[in-house]
Amino acid sequence: MNFLDLIWLIPILPLCGAAIMLFFGRNLPKAAIRVISPGAVGLSFLLSLGAVLQLASLPEKVHQVILFQWLPLLHADMGYMLDPLSSVMILVVTGIGFLIHVYATGYMAHEHGPRHGGFYRFFGYLNLFVFFMLTLVLANNYPLLFVGWEGVGLCSYLLIGFYFNKKSAGDAGKKAFIVNRIGDAGFILGMFFLFQITGSLTFVDVNEALRSARFSPEVGVFGVLSLTALLLFVGATGKSAQIPLYVWLPDAMEGPTPVSALIHAATMVTAGVYMCARSNALFALTPETSHIVAAVGAATAIFAASIGLVQNDIKRVLAYSTVSQLGYMFVAVGVGAYWVGVFHLYTHAFFKALLFLGAGSVIHAVSGEQDMRKMGGLKDKIPVTFGTMFIASLAIAGIPGLAGFFSKDEILWQAWSSPLGSKVLWAVGFCTALMTAFYMWRLMFMTFYGEGRMDEHTKHHIHESPKSMTVPLMVLAAGSVCAGWIGMPKVFGENGFFQGLEHWLAPVFETGKEVAEHGAEHHDTSMEWVLMGLSIGAALSGIFLARHIYLKMKESDRPTGGALHPILYNKWYVDEIYDFLFVHGFSMRGGSLMAAFDRTVVDGGVNGTAWLTKMVSRISMWYDTWIVDGLVNLSAYTVRALSFPVRFFQTGFLQSYALVFIAGVFAMFGYFWWVR
Amino acid sequence: MQGHLLSVILFTPLAGLFLLLFIPKSQKTFIRLWANITAAVGFLVSLPLIIGFDRSNGGYQFVERAEWIPSLGVQYLIGVDGISVLMVMLTTIMGFLAIFSSWDSIKDREKEYYSMFLLQQTGMLGVFISMDFLLFYVFWEMVLVPMYFIIGVWGGPRKLYAAIKFFLYTLTGGVLMLLGILLLYFNYASQFGRYTFEIAELMKINLPLATQQWVFWAFFVGFAIKVPMFPFHTWLPDAHTEAPTAGSVILAAVLLKMGTYGFIRFSLPLLPKASSDQTIVTIVAVLSIIGILYGALVSLMQQDWKKLVAYSSVSHLGFCTLGIFALNQSGIAGSVIQQINHGISTGMLFLVVGVIYERRHTREIKEYGGLAHIMPNYAIVFAIAMLSSAGLPLLNGFVGEFTILQGAFDANRIWAAFAVLGVIFGAAYLLWLYQRTMLGEVTNEKNKGLPDLKWREWAVFVPLIIWAISIGVYPKPYFDILEKPVAQIVHRVHDTANAAAVPATPTPEVASR
Repeated sequence: MNFLDLIWLIPILPLCGAAIMLFFGRNLPKAAIRVISPGAVGLSFLLSLGAVLQLASLPEKVHQVILFQWLPLLHADMGYMLDPLSSVMILVVTGIGFLIHVYATGYMAHEHGPRHGGFYRFFGYLNLFVFFMLTLVLANNYPLLFVGWEGVGLCSYLLIGFYFNKKSAGDAGKKAFIVNRIGDAGFILGMFFLFQITGSLTFVDVNEALRSARFSPEVGVFGVLSLTALLLFVGATGKSAQIPLYVWLPDAMEGPTPVSALIHAATMVTAGVYMCARSNALFALTPETSHIVAAVGAATAIFAASIGLVQNDIKRVLAYSTVSQLGYMFVAVGVGAYWVGVFHLYTHAFFKALLFLGAGSVIHAVSGEQDMRKMGGLKDKIPVTFGTMFIASLAIAGIPGLAGFFSKDEILWQAWSSPLGSKVLWAVGFCTALMTAFYMWRLMFMTFYGEGRMDEHTKHHIHESPKSMTVPLMVLAAGSVCAGWIGMPKVFGENGFFQGLEHWLAPVFETGKEVAEHGAEHHDTSMEWVLMGLSIGAALSGIFLARHIYLKMKESDRPTGGALHPILYNKWYVDEIYDFLFVHGFSMRGGSLMAAFDRTVVDGGVNGTAWLTKMVSRISMWYDTWIVDGLVNLSAYTVRALSFPVRFFQTGFLQSYALVFIAGVFAMFGYFWWVR
Repeated sequence: MQGHLLSVILFTPLAGLFLLLFIPKSQKTFIRLWANITAAVGFLVSLPLIIGFDRSNGGYQFVERAEWIPSLGVQYLIGVDGISVLMVMLTTIMGFLAIFSSWDSIKDREKEYYSMFLLQQTGMLGVFISMDFLLFYVFWEMVLVPMYFIIGVWGGPRKLYAAIKFFLYTLTGGVLMLLGILLLYFNYASQFGRYTFEIAELMKINLPLATQQWVFWAFFVGFAIKVPMFPFHTWLPDAHTEAPTAGSVILAAVLLKMGTYGFIRFSLPLLPKASSDQTIVTIVAVLSIIGILYGALVSLMQQDWKKLVAYSSVSHLGFCTLGIFALNQSGIAGSVIQQINHGISTGMLFLVVGVIYERRHTREIKEYGGLAHIMPNYAIVFAIAMLSSAGLPLLNGFVGEFTILQGAFDANRIWAAFAVLGVIFGAAYLLWLYQRTMLGEVTNEKNKGLPDLKWREWAVFVPLIIWAISIGVYPKPYFDILEKPVAQIVHRVHDTANAAAVPATPTPEVASR
């Protein structure tokens, strides 16, 4: 079977699943939904696997399937492309997507959304999401990527607002959609620039044009290319929750937990990283923009981590952690180490999905509670959840051997050594690593260790989740351990398998590689070992600090953070500032002002004209009745003639108005006809 | 039949109207049925047009010519090119759906109501197929009367105010337009020594820029009021709010398109120098962009569901006029497609309001909330209408908006940079509306127990939804049919214009097939 020509089926299968769910789901038994919905994604995973294996045997690792012409004026087709980059993405999306679907069959069985629990609706949306996400990563051109981009945004909106009876859920969904749209506006303009510059929006053609001799890097100047790259990055900051557009992601936790795992951790939010990596030919030409990307990434990483330090809602900690980790990925992209960004994207997908699903399992166990202050001591009661989350927390903290260690360490090393990198970037990344280890283990200690702080009723009901939930956790835990092994640093020894990912992705990042390897040339292995040691130290210190504070100390003795605590707890008041400036300030007040302007000035002008006409007419009438009567007939006729035209407005008979008007037309005709 | 296909399409509604007059007033069901049959036949007879239309031919097809007022050089001259054929289809489809949707909502004076609707159908079709300027003008004004009565008789509480405002406002524009037409007419006579209103002939006049500018502004007022462009738009919210649902639908879906169509069909080809004059283009583009952003911001603050949709029309039509005055293939083709899209999505949005208005008789947004619990199917349909209006890819709105923006970008990057903000606000006011009406808990007792969509309502929405998806997924037929006629207009504007007048870079030619 030729899987390569069937890659269009990979997104279509989940679409069919979604269609079945949304059209007929209401009448389907839950058992059927449990099979169809994850099954569609599972089949996609198998197809993806087959296609990727066949791709590996091709000499040139690009395969395109064009279905039909879509937007002829922009040369954009309904065309899918499989290359090393998209193959990594589809495996992550379908593989982890499948596990999360399976998990959700267990998780959602007990959730009661509005309207019959909304079981079918949930899976319909989830399948639809997978369809759009696969379209995003398999598209062979920017506009089609944008289709997926907007589509996943829509599904995110629908799923965040899944419990639509709650106002907060509706608010969060709306916020996510609109904030994303702000980014999209930049993305759209970026695409137009790209089209104007290269004459195409197909990845292959755009990259070929950008890599040709026609363009040289814009070093030290901020030209059109840099602007284009910056606009694309604006799009990425929306979808991938970077400063200044990250604000929607923490609120997105209103959605059911599997949604947070799939959309807001493993797949959708990484779309911005994917898009920038996909545009590496452009970013390679624009060091100025790349600096901005790296700076924004680093700032977001440390900023979000700082907020994560003090949050008490288990899902919010993970949400800020996701924002922070996405920041890491952008640091990698910004310093030109595109494959490293993708590497972290891929390892992060495992352990962050696991953390969210684990958190879901915890929430499930404690009867829906999300506040970690009301948890504790769950270690022995839900051992599988605990064990798998333990692994994931080690992985994200960067303990050697686990997935997160390799990718995060590679980012830190690239931030230090790449020609686009700097010591400052490394230092920020290093501090973030310390903070990451701290807040993750704060979460672990508060949730699983110590004494249970929940009420008796809840305590009584604590139970481990069903198999459908724990098996995906275990698979993901295995991934969190092993996923990093295909991207080990070269100082560990060169090996085709251990550096497999870099080699696999190399053809996609032709130009990016030069930059990255440029750094590797003055490769100072001892320095790499030193930095590695330092980051391991940071991870361990974070863990032990968290252990010291949240396990050993009494609650009253814990440091509060002093004046900083309210600032961090209230997320640096960014939501409030945005609300004041943009939502109420600009949109609401501006809208009210405009509406008032429209009523009084614009429409006032229209009504004023009408009023004036009426007035003139009334005066003529008055004049006609009272003054004219006393005068001789001749003057009376004159005045009557004067008031003649305006009186028609007073009569209110449109027919007579129309009559006059038509008569006027004919009079004019007559004039031109006979007189001229 | 083939030779007179256009006349058949044009006069089918009128013929139906004639027969309708013989049905006694008391036979209400029969009147409704007859109007529906007429509209359905009107749609069916337009099918051979789109099927038989030759896409490779950029000129007029199905042309019919007859003398009408020979002494004045007025002809009965009709024909369609790729642009007008799409508008004809839009009119016959939306006209049928609008008439069909009135079945339950119009409960008095049915005979008059349906007569007005059928008369209006003929008027609108005439506008889109006239190749003679006076004939066009006659149809243009003919449309006003039925709409005036539809608003004024079957409308809401402030129907008289709205109807008179609509009538006088648009009539004023029409009169100015007529002055422009006459100016061309007499100039033609003085240059060629004979009188004609034939548009193809009038295009041959050699007018100095100054005269073209005068005529342009005369046309502009007529078309801009109809579209409506900022700041001539204030009749629209009143007319839409007060009109019965079907009236709003047809007003938004077809009537407004007469204005944009006028720009494309008359302003650009007849006055190429003025239309590409830097000052004029800038003014119109800036007004369009103001319309996009202003309409969206004002929408955001509306308390009245229907008024909100009406203001969103101002915003969407800003995109259409911006595309036209980008003066390139993407801009104009995108604009025509967006005009159809707006017909579909705003038509749906008005139908959505109509459904709930019929049940609750209020349009106040704050009266609602949580309707998704009570009317889930309705909520789904509204969601699709909203997303189509907000330009979500794979639905129709995106194709038009995106293409227009690209055309605008090619003409002037700054325009696109501002216009693209409309995409953000568009999402904002629609999502907020949706949240306030559909989501949350049901707070208003009166909303409990409202029935979900009836089959007749489904029957109106389903074709529109299918149409919306089909354009979004496969818009190529539309681009194909528009390719040649739009290219001709673009070339005409650019070839006749002064070399320095237009900064727009021509868009890359459509890939050869």
